Amino acid sequence: MISFKSILLRCYVVLVFAVVFAPIIASFVFSFNSDRFPTVPLGSFTTHWYQQVISDSEFWEAFRNSAITAICTAIVATIIGFSAAYTDYRYQFFGKSVYLALGLLPPTIPLVIFGLAMLAWLSRLGMSGQSYSVFLAHVVMCTPFAMAIIRLRLSQMDESLEAAAWNLGASHWSALRHVVLPFVRPAIISALCLTAAVSFDEFAVAWFVSGLNKTVPVVVLEILQGQVDPRINAIGTFVFLTSMTLVVISQVFLLTRTTKS
Amino acid sequence: MLWRAPLLIWQILFFVVPLFFLVYLSFWVVKNYRMTPALDPVNWIKMLSRDYFWSAYGLTLTMATVAALLVSLLAFPAAYTLAFKVSARVRQLAVFVLIIPFFTSYLVRIYAWQTLLAENGVINAFFSLLNLGPFTMLNTPIGTMVGYIALTLPLVVILQTISLANIDRSLVEAAHNLGCGKLRTILTVIIPLAKNGIIIGMVFCFILSFGDFVSPYYLGGSKPPTLSILIIDTTKAGQQWPKAAVVAITMIVTLFIVAIAAVAAAYKRPGTR
Repeated sequence: MISFKSILLRCYVVLVFAVVFAPIIASFVFSFNSDRFPTVPLGSFTTHWYQQVISDSEFWEAFRNSAITAICTAIVATIIGFSAAYTDYRYQFFGKSVYLALGLLPPTIPLVIFGLAMLAWLSRLGMSGQSYSVFLAHVVMCTPFAMAIIRLRLSQMDESLEAAAWNLGASHWSALRHVVLPFVRPAIISALCLTAAVSFDEFAVAWFVSGLNKTVPVVVLEILQGQVDPRINAIGTFVFLTSMTLVVISQVFLLTRTTKS
Repeated sequence: MLWRAPLLIWQILFFVVPLFFLVYLSFWVVKNYRMTPALDPVNWIKMLSRDYFWSAYGLTLTMATVAALLVSLLAFPAAYTLAFKVSARVRQLAVFVLIIPFFTSYLVRIYAWQTLLAENGVINAFFSLLNLGPFTMLNTPIGTMVGYIALTLPLVVILQTISLANIDRSLVEAAHNLGCGKLRTILTVIIPLAKNGIIIGMVFCFILSFGDFVSPYYLGGSKPPTLSILIIDTTKAGQQWPKAAVVAITMIVTLFIVAIAAVAAAYKRPGTR
């Protein structure tokens, strides 16, 4: 029999989930609501806000910037992440803990501070406000995620597997290509999707360094500074679907390890 | 060496150097709205002698501390239930579902909270059914706190759930068998065993709240400003980057001290006080 207390605790868990998901659901519902200021009772159903967003050239421009930045970030961050994870897996060397800290520290620095540092440094180099400025910063922020995911997968690989390939006459490179890479491929795809999602959502550092090459979150931030505008909800649904697709693909590839092994 | 190079090059060029450059920048001088490289402590002296800097510092420290304690407290019953009262499958599913908010736009969620918390928003509409309110929540510290909770609650629940689920069940059963009450078991057995996870959750909540500018700006009304808002206002107001750099460095130093203190507390051996 389930006691009264544990029913109460379960209700509390449901309440916590409700609070966490309330804004996500509210934003979706209000994106189809005709009233400019959303409250209950709801107004009538409309796709007006979506039409406004779709017909807005500024939005498409931003979407293009975001997509290109996210794809480039994902590729470069995953390559760097792989090489760092492989370094950690294969080699012991002096100062390794400093090396790992360098790889994993960026997410702990507040975004405003990293944004300001990046703005100042890139301005000094004359690289601020360029089409690639956001990309440079996002690689720093995304590499730790790629590194962690790939390192986890590597730790599931039998260490003697690569050594066996060497003994059988494989060169370092071909052992890597035919033994290590096939094994970590799911993690690489997972890392690509996850880092793309992180980059696609990032607004603070992008706001500092993007200049006129605004990404979607930067446009949202600027709309937010003005009046109440339900277009944000419509863009939010759009961004949510993009990120969720990437995250679900990423999770599917991460979970293949449990089914296969 | 070849494998080490990519991370080293990128993170040094675009992470370590920018942060050190920020320190250098804080000693530059601004004359006639132009920044000139210098090694002048004038920004530090000016900034650290202003009352508004210290009131912003106190406010940010207080809000982040309250957020860390409040969110940990709010998260604990949920994490406890997920760790001890449900099956492993449900627990995994719950953790997975709690990851979703990280990949939804934080800005869109804050905008949703803005409309939910407004004077004529959904929450006040609910209160008016009970003949209460309307309450002013937007542009008050309550608004800021709601934003901090929205930002950090899922993460703290996940961290607490994982550390609680890893506790050796036989220790909890032993406590029960020896006649230890439910609440006393939680306070004297479970919480000490999950101490590390709880402290790490608090630290993450503190760091995220301390640096966040969206909640205090859009839900808290930006007045009085927190340190992060001070940075943005100072940066966006012309060429005052060196002053913004001073604020940023004091923030990093503060976070560094808090993180080290917390890690020391988490890994302190039991029995040494």
